[in-house]
Amino acid sequence: MALMVVKFDLKKRVKLAQTVWFMYWFAVMAGVLLFSMGLFFKIELRKRSELMDNNESHFLPNLLILMGLIACVVNAFGGKICYDSLDPTKFIKWKPILKSFLVFCVVFNVLLLFVALLCFVMRIPLQFTLAEGLKNGMKFYKDTDTPGRCYMKRTLDLMQIEFRCCGNDNYRDWFEIQWISNRYLDFSAKSVKDRIGSNVDGQYLMDGVPFSCCNPSSPRPCIQNKMTNNSAHYSYDHYTEELNVWKRGCRDALLSYYGGMMNTIGALVILITMLEVAVTAGLQYVHSSLSSLANPEDPESESEGWILEKTVKETFTDIMAKMKAVGKGTKVEEGGEAEVATVS
Amino acid sequence: MLLKMKFNQQRRLRLAQGLWLLSWLALTCGAFIFCLGVYLKMELLRRSEVMDNTEIHVVPNILMMVGLVSIGTNWVAGRVCLDSLDPTRFPRWKIFLLVWFAVAAVICCLLIAVVVLAYALQGRLEESLKIGLRNGIRFYKDTDVPGRCFQKETIDRLQMQFRCCGNNNFKDWFEVQWVSNRYLDFTSKEVKDRIRSNVDGRYLMDGVPFSCCNPTSPRPCLQYHLTDNTAHYNYDYQTEELNLYTQGCRQALTDYYMGLMNSTGPGVLSVIIIQVSVILSLRYLQTAVEGAMALENPEDDSEGYILQKGVKETFEDVKTSVLDMLKFSQVDPTTSKGSPEAEDASSTPAN
Repeated sequence: MALMVVKFDLKKRVKLAQTVWFMYWFAVMAGVLLFSMGLFFKIELRKRSELMDNNESHFLPNLLILMGLIACVVNAFGGKICYDSLDPTKFIKWKPILKSFLVFCVVFNVLLLFVALLCFVMRIPLQFTLAEGLKNGMKFYKDTDTPGRCYMKRTLDLMQIEFRCCGNDNYRDWFEIQWISNRYLDFSAKSVKDRIGSNVDGQYLMDGVPFSCCNPSSPRPCIQNKMTNNSAHYSYDHYTEELNVWKRGCRDALLSYYGGMMNTIGALVILITMLEVAVTAGLQYVHSSLSSLANPEDPESESEGWILEKTVKETFTDIMAKMKAVGKGTKVEEGGEAEVATVS
Repeated sequence: MLLKMKFNQQRRLRLAQGLWLLSWLALTCGAFIFCLGVYLKMELLRRSEVMDNTEIHVVPNILMMVGLVSIGTNWVAGRVCLDSLDPTRFPRWKIFLLVWFAVAAVICCLLIAVVVLAYALQGRLEESLKIGLRNGIRFYKDTDVPGRCFQKETIDRLQMQFRCCGNNNFKDWFEVQWVSNRYLDFTSKEVKDRIRSNVDGRYLMDGVPFSCCNPTSPRPCLQYHLTDNTAHYNYDYQTEELNLYTQGCRQALTDYYMGLMNSTGPGVLSVIIIQVSVILSLRYLQTAVEGAMALENPEDDSEGYILQKGVKETFEDVKTSVLDMLKFSQVDPTTSKGSPEAEDASSTPAN
C-alpha cells in the first residue's frame, strides 16, 4: 500500500504543478537568502578577526554560502521540471532523471537540517576563540608602533564603544596589563619608577582604564584614572559607582552578539528546510501522479499520487536489499576474477 | 496645434499600455519619494535636541506630502489608461483630467522647489545647529536638572558618532564649565583658584570630555591640561593632531545632512522626469482618444497633440477665461452694493 495516496484528475494535476512551481520560486529566493546570510556572517567574522586572534573558523559561513548556491540551482531546476510537467511532450525528457533528482533533494534537505543544528552548536568553539583573542588583544593595546599590531588599539577602542563593554570579563582586566606604551612614560619621574618597581615583570600597571570604557550615561564626567582610590576624586565611592564605566565584559557582549546572529540564522535555516521538504514532497506528487496515469495515452485520465510507492518498512527493506545486491555484485566479480587467476 | 502626432488604433493601444506601465512606475517613484521624506524626517528628529528650530523640516514634509499625492495621481492615471480604450467609460474622465493635469503640474513644481530648498536652507540649518550645540555644551553639566539631564549623554554620543568635538572645535569646551559643582571639592585650593580666576566664578579648565577622544591616536587619550606641554611626557600641544577629534560638531552635522539631501537629489530629479513624461503621454492619449471618438469610425486614425492652438494663443485664451471669471464675480458686488444704497435711499425719505 502506497504512503499518503491522493487521487488526481487533470484539473488537480495542473493546479498541483502550478502551486509547486510557485513554491519553487519562493524556494529560489530562500536559497538567495541563505547565500546572503552566509555572506553576512562571513563579513562579520572577518571584521573582528583581529579580536579572535585570526583564528576563527570560517567553516559555518562557507557551508552556508555553498548550500545557498546549491539550493538556488536545485530549486530553479525543480521549478523548470514543474513548469514542463504540464506538457507531456516536454515532460518525457525529464522522466528518467526525475527519480535520482528527488533522491538528491532528500539528501540535500537532510544536509540543510544538519547545517541548522550546526548553527546552534558552533557557539561553543566561538566562545573559546573569543576569550583567547580578547586576552591577547588587550596585551597588544599599547603596541601602536609595532607593524601588524598597530591597529589593535583602534580596534579595541571602537569595539568597546560599539558593544558598550570594558575588558575581557570586566574592567579590572585593564588593571593587570600595561596599556600605556613606554614611549609615553617619563622614566625619570619618581611615580613611574615606583610603579615599575612594584611588580615582578617591571610593567607600568595602574588602576585606570582607557577612555573607550567610559559610559556616556554617567551623570558625572568620566573617571578613568585612580579608580580604586576613593580619596582621589570628590564624592566618589568605587564600590557603589555603577554608571561610570561599562560593567559588562567584552567577551560576554561579543558572544551574545554572535550567538544571537547564529540563533537567528539557525532558525531561518530550519524554516528554509521545511520549505524545501514541502517542495520536494510536491515534486514527488507531481512525478507519481504523472507516472501512474490510468490510460497512458490520454492525458486527461485519472491518476494517483503518493509520497512512497510502498510503505516505509517495505521501502527501507527494498533499499537495504538493493545495497546488498550492489555489494554482492562487486564481491562476485572479485571472486570470479580470483577464480580465473587461480585457474590460469 | 503644438507637437501633433498621428495615431492609428494600434498606436493608441500601444500608448495606453505603455502609459499604464509608466504610471505604475511613477506610482512606485511616488512611494519612493514618500519613504525618502520619512527617512529624512526621522534623521532630523533623531538629532532634534541639538537643533534650535525646525525650519529645515519643511524639506521632508514637502517630500512626504508630494509622495502621497503622486501615489494618488499616478493611480488615477493608470485607471484612465484602462478606461481610455472603452468609448463608453472614457467620457466621464473628461473634466477630471483637467484637474489631474493641474495637480500633476503642481507636483512637479513642488519637487523642483524641494531640490532648490535643500540647498537654500543650508545656512538656516547651520544657524540652528550653532545655537542648539551651544546650548547643549552649556547644559552638559546639568545632569540633575529635569529637562536637561540627558544633554550630557546626547552630546557625548553625538561627538562619538560623528567624530567631532565642540561647536567649532575642541576649544569651545575651555570656555564652559562642563564639570558639575556637585563633583567639585570647594575646600581644595586648586578649585578655589580656578573659580576666582574668572569674572563669573566658573570652574573653567583646559580639558575636554572623554567623548572628544580619537581612538586612532597612537597614545592613550589626553583629556586634561591640554595646553600645558609639561603636564604630559613627550607632548606638544601645537603639533598633536590625532589626540582629539579636530572637526567641530556643527560642521560635521551640516556635512552629514547636506550629504543626505545631495544624495537624494538625483533620485528626485529622475522622479520629476518620469512624472513629466507621464503628463505628456496622458495628454497625447487624451487628445488621440477624444479625436477618435469624434470620428465616424472610432477605429480610424486620429491626431494627438499637446496644445490645440499655439502656446501664445492658448495663453491668451486662458487669460480671457480667467478675466471673465473675475469679471463675473465683480459684477455681483456692484449689484449687491446697489441694493443697500437703494434701501438707504428709500429709508431716508421715511425719516
